[in-house]
Amino acid sequence: MAFWDYANPTRFLKLVETVLPWLTGLCVIVFAVGLYLGFFVAPEDYQQGATVRIMFIHVPAAWLCMMCYSIMALSSLGTLVWKHPLADVSAKSAAPIGAAFTFMALVTGSLWGKPMWGTYWVWDARLTSVLVLFIMYLGLMTLWRTMDDPIKAGKAAAVLTLVGALNLPIIKFSVDWWNTLHQPASVMRMDGPSIDSSMLWPLFVMAIAFTLLFFVIHLMAMRNEILRRRVRALRMRAASAAHPGTAAATAQPAE
Amino acid sequence: MDLGPHAGFIIASYVLCAITVLGLIAWVRLDQAAQERALKELADRGIGRARTGQDSKS
Repeated sequence: MAFWDYANPTRFLKLVETVLPWLTGLCVIVFAVGLYLGFFVAPEDYQQGATVRIMFIHVPAAWLCMMCYSIMALSSLGTLVWKHPLADVSAKSAAPIGAAFTFMALVTGSLWGKPMWGTYWVWDARLTSVLVLFIMYLGLMTLWRTMDDPIKAGKAAAVLTLVGALNLPIIKFSVDWWNTLHQPASVMRMDGPSIDSSMLWPLFVMAIAFTLLFFVIHLMAMRNEILRRRVRALRMRAASAAHPGTAAATAQPAE
Repeated sequence: MDLGPHAGFIIASYVLCAITVLGLIAWVRLDQAAQERALKELADRGIGRARTGQDSKS
């Protein structure tokens, strides 16, 4: 079976049913290992002390909020260019998850900043661009809820998502382009990570756990969105049958 | 395990993340229950999906 066969929502739902329990189990195990490594194996930082343990949730959350938006941007291309039936479903389902990860990155960053920088918040380029990302997520969620027709809403949201993707390189390179209180990249650097491996490994394990968590919730949310569109289409079909001559239901990807 | 003088900040970070993740999980589970309930209500009223050839093969 080709990858594109999963464009059929019914086949996709069956795939989700098979994959989800394994993915969930793996996610729980990796989280348990990551938290153990983060709290009991990784040493305290010589300057930051135990507060460095906030890094094990702050950094993965920050990575995931950008990865989630990247997935939404790719899905938006799928909606606008290839009209893939599940692309819009994927983008819509990812937005609340991305907003949650961005919220986690902002809050944990703030709670890490207070003891280390002496302030919860500063309007520097990195923090402000991530706040803009959070607002983008909320705006997209609102746009999808504002329009009745999910196809029209999907197209409008896809255009807005692609415009908003300009913020991703700004977030990534903000610490290089401007003088910021936020530290420059310490993991994804041309000359390799500047973090000691005793802290890097727990960080990677937690990043994998967060990534698995994203995919688990994303698959569940996509399944819900397919079911929601199915309910909508059935209700419109029933209404159309009860009142012949009224507008027929709009064709939905989940049909 | 000693979390040092800033234990409150560390604990608050992890607790807030846990609450956010639990909120996400609750959101998807409640939404799933709502959609399945709606589909069941429609099925009880005799409104179901017409099976397509593609569906029946899958």
